[in-house]
Amino acid sequence: MTKITIIAFDGTPFNLDAENGSTVMENAIRNGVPGIEAECGGACACATCHVYVDEAWTGEVGEPEPMEEDMLDFAYEVQPNSRLSCQIKVRDELDGLIVRVPERQG
Amino acid sequence: MSTTTRTDILVIGAGPVGLFAVFELGLLDLKCHLIDILDRPGGQCAELYPEKPIYDIPAWPSITAQGLVDKLMEQIEPFGPTFTFNRMVAGLERLEDGSFRVTTDEGEIFEAKAIVIAAGGGSFQPKRPPIPGIEEYEGTSVFYSVRRMEDFRDHDILIVGGGDSALDWTLNLQPLARRLTLVHRRAEFRAAPDSVNRMFALHEEEKIAFQIGQVSGLKGEGGKLQAAIVKGPHGEVEIPCTRLLPFFGLTMKLGPIADWGLNLHENLVPVDTEKFQTSEPGIFAVGDINWYPGKLKLILSGFHEVALMAQAAKRHISPGERIVFQYTTSSTSLQKKLGVAG
Ligand SMILES: Cc1cc2nc3c(=O)[nH]c(=O)nc-3n(C[C@H](O)[C@H](O)[C@H](O)COP(=O)(O)OP(=O)(O)OC[C@H]3O[C@@H](n4cnc5c(N)ncnc54)[C@H](O)[C@@H]3O)c2cc1C
Ligand code: FES
Repeated sequence: MTKITIIAFDGTPFNLDAENGSTVMENAIRNGVPGIEAECGGACACATCHVYVDEAWTGEVGEPEPMEEDMLDFAYEVQPNSRLSCQIKVRDELDGLIVRVPERQG
Repeated sequence: MSTTTRTDILVIGAGPVGLFAVFELGLLDLKCHLIDILDRPGGQCAELYPEKPIYDIPAWPSITAQGLVDKLMEQIEPFGPTFTFNRMVAGLERLEDGSFRVTTDEGEIFEAKAIVIAAGGGSFQPKRPPIPGIEEYEGTSVFYSVRRMEDFRDHDILIVGGGDSALDWTLNLQPLARRLTLVHRRAEFRAAPDSVNRMFALHEEEKIAFQIGQVSGLKGEGGKLQAAIVKGPHGEVEIPCTRLLPFFGLTMKLGPIADWGLNLHENLVPVDTEKFQTSEPGIFAVGDINWYPGKLKLILSGFHEVALMAQAAKRHISPGERIVFQYTTSSTSLQKKLGVAG
């Protein structure tokens, strides 16, 4: 299990044990993190699972693929550390990862 | 302009379930016409995840969503279904003789003996970008599509987005605009490379403006837009505009179905599990749009639903007629309909 923290927009932290290979979005949905809608169920087709990756983690998490970058065009208040959480797969190196949920999902 | 198109069954929605309804109804000699707001068949499968493999279609250990749609189109071909795309079904009313009249958002009229609502998660509609107060300007200054180019002549137009719609309308509206600005979050575009090149050429000739950034606010009064605030890499800029065209993709909304006098259950249409009929006799609902105890939003379930629904629709249309249960493997009459009789 890898420990990840998803911080809701109101500041509530969700400290989760995530299975390697699962996506950050799946963990958010399973644990009812408010503000992650994931309408398309992880198909990279809705941009309603947008999160901000903590600055300390942007390097390890990496850059979005072109398809995700395209989808981010539909998200709200996109920043350089924006990612779609359904496209971030949990792995050992991400132990301690922190992401924040934006104010709204478009 | 409006001529009336007549058919046995009008199917609202050409997703996988609407498509397979054509097959089951076809075996019972009922002809279908399908209407969808998308420009092609396939519903969610075609629009949201065409490339993704689906693993729970019986006898297909793995098939891509678009592959499934292609196979369904092949399977229903013998029944010669007809389609109207790019139209939303707006109105549905019962006529005196018990048949139905359906109207589209463009005023086309269809008449059918029974209606099959296969509307899935609702009709795909343009997404409203989360710009505070945008509602106030919708329909007067903010538009999500261009129906009449003349409505944009001599305006200061702001187009937001980086896909084909945004680029196409930038190119098409530039000659009529007083001034046109394209706003996109980054300098890369999802659109056809040729359109992108033409856009940059216009920008070079100073015929349009291009601004990197995201619209964060609007200024205006009484539905009349005056300017948009764009947050860019170097802070905020105010761009004067009287027309705003945001292109932020599609989302599914229940849409006009809510206005047809049907009972609804949390935006779904309740049906019985024998006929899959709604609260209105002759109007059936199948696939993701319906609800009954134990409902699962699976393609598999939708396929089962249309088989039973077709029997009920046939009985509704031809009350006295005896329906003989037959297998496609052994019935020569079914094989004739499928065009495979030896
Ligand atoms: C990412 C993702 C993965 C999925 N994976 C699976 C899977 O593995 N297995 C599975 O079984 N299911 C899966 N599904 C669900 C499956 O796609 C749906 O159950 C299926 O698409 C439902 O089919 P449908 O024909 O009922 O509706 P839809 O596919 O939603 O099609 C309905 C169509 O009706 C149109 N429409 C609605 N209202 C109107 C109107 N008023 N006028 C005109 N047109 C209208 C819409 O535009 C749409 O095209 C998945 C869904 C998603 C999003
Ligand atoms: S869940 Fe839809 S894009 Fe991530």
